Amino acid sequence: MSALTFSLKIPLQFAVNCAVLSPAYLAGKSLAQIAALSIEHGRTRMRLDQVFVISGHDTQDLHIKNSSSQLDYLGANMGSGSLLVEGDAGMYLGFGMKGGEVHCLGNTKSFAACNMQNGLLIIDGNTVDFLAGASAGLRKGMAGGTVVLKGNAGDRVADQMRRGLVLIEGNVGDYCGSRMIAGTVGVLGNVGLYAGFSMRRGTLLFSREPQLHATMQACGSHTLPFLTLLLKSFAPYSTRFANSNAQRVKRWLGDAANNGMGEILLISD
Amino acid sequence: MLINGIQIDDSFAEAFNMRGTRVIITAQTLTWAYHAANAMTGFATSVIGCGVEAGIEGELSAEQTPDGRPGLSVLLFAMGSKVLMQQLETRMGQCVLTCPTAAAFAGIASDEPINLGKNLRFFGDGYQTSKLIGGKRYWRIPVMDGEFLCEESTGMVRAIGGGNFLILATSQSAALAAAEVAVAAMKNLPNIIMPFPGGVVRSGSKVGSRYQSLFASTNDAFCPTLKGVTQTELSADIESVMEIVIDGLSFDDIALAMQTGIAAICALGTGSGVKRISAGNYGGKLGPHHFKLHAIMGGNRP
Repeated sequence: MSALTFSLKIPLQFAVNCAVLSPAYLAGKSLAQIAALSIEHGRTRMRLDQVFVISGHDTQDLHIKNSSSQLDYLGANMGSGSLLVEGDAGMYLGFGMKGGEVHCLGNTKSFAACNMQNGLLIIDGNTVDFLAGASAGLRKGMAGGTVVLKGNAGDRVADQMRRGLVLIEGNVGDYCGSRMIAGTVGVLGNVGLYAGFSMRRGTLLFSREPQLHATMQACGSHTLPFLTLLLKSFAPYSTRFANSNAQRVKRWLGDAANNGMGEILLISD
Repeated sequence: MLINGIQIDDSFAEAFNMRGTRVIITAQTLTWAYHAANAMTGFATSVIGCGVEAGIEGELSAEQTPDGRPGLSVLLFAMGSKVLMQQLETRMGQCVLTCPTAAAFAGIASDEPINLGKNLRFFGDGYQTSKLIGGKRYWRIPVMDGEFLCEESTGMVRAIGGGNFLILATSQSAALAAAEVAVAAMKNLPNIIMPFPGGVVRSGSKVGSRYQSLFASTNDAFCPTLKGVTQTELSADIESVMEIVIDGLSFDDIALAMQTGIAAICALGTGSGVKRISAGNYGGKLGPHHFKLHAIMGGNRP
């Protein structure tokens, strides 16, 4: 059965909420029923077939072609199946995801993996702010699952992150891991200012030394046995992290201003 | 039944239901893994006095362990889940947590988890860190040599304890030599342990005692020095009896171990001084698992 494919056929002036493009929501619906589903575009509602050329049948394997950064909430609340985004994605890519796999071949806007609970989100390009963070009004960010980002991220990566794994091959902006509650974030590129700001628990694993603020407290260099397990667990993902076998790290704990016990680990060999 | 001139009694070993668990202990070197495992499985020969029966199941190479260091697999058995949990936690805390560079991981999967590091983490006094890696929770407890890494729980399974056979020989040295050969042959088998010192017990017991406070006492029927005063099971030429007790995760594991051990002894022939192989039982009234020697050695496992 061929993938159910949505090819964007019109330029979008406004952002569109694409939460309906989810395997669970589309399961059991005919092509005609899917085409008749409506989405909001500005102040008007449009049928899906007014926005996309729809083809294919497999509702567990969705493809978005000619995708644009105006497509928000792609993969939102997805519980199973796969979604391939051939192009850019808008805000809230993988929002509240509970399972399955989303793969975006382009860039995304802010709040990717926001409130994600499980599953795998792969972004080949760059993203902006609040990757794996919490949406406005919520006190907990990403609560599980795995995010692999091949490019760069903006500020506030993993803000209030509760659980899960975020692997970033590129650079990140300021306030990486801010208010983090738990979970693991790895960054191979450069890290901006105030990493771990107001962090309570969790692990930030860096390969380049960040400029840290005073309340992240240096705890020396160590060989940590758990790193072997952690790095081994990256093997299933197509990421450069899987090539590392580092065991020796420099460790900082903090944020002391927040009585936090979060850790920043800098791979030192 | 005669095998290579050695008599196999038409008897059976009577074994009991137990609860078992497995822990993987790793360390910087195999030597330190042994220090931890030996301490953890020390004073764990019999549930009668130790609460738990435990032993080292086997060595694990760095490729076989979760953290890529050399390690050992340890099996523990108890009569009930509550005792097993208590004993595991105490032994983990006093023997593995304390051992330099040691780490502990779950060694068996089960729907019934049993605490490994779940409560030990409080030793960290708030500085402990939890990590969920690959769906498993680990605890990193800061200690003076660095960090003690311990998986939160391991599995608890139904198991069998008390598989056994007796080696009846013309001298103490002959019985011991044969026992050593059997243990050497059995110790590389998976899923079993021989919890007594060196895998061998010389003080096999019967149920009950003339002293009311004791519920087990010497198995006088197999004591060679009592031949004249008790209803002995020994002929005149038997001067020493040694027993090998086996706990295992399944009936087949124990049966295979018994078959392997007895076959190794029989291969020595009558020149070894071994005359008979028998087994310890209580008339079949206490334990639901009966390991019949003839069936096991005839290749027809019951």
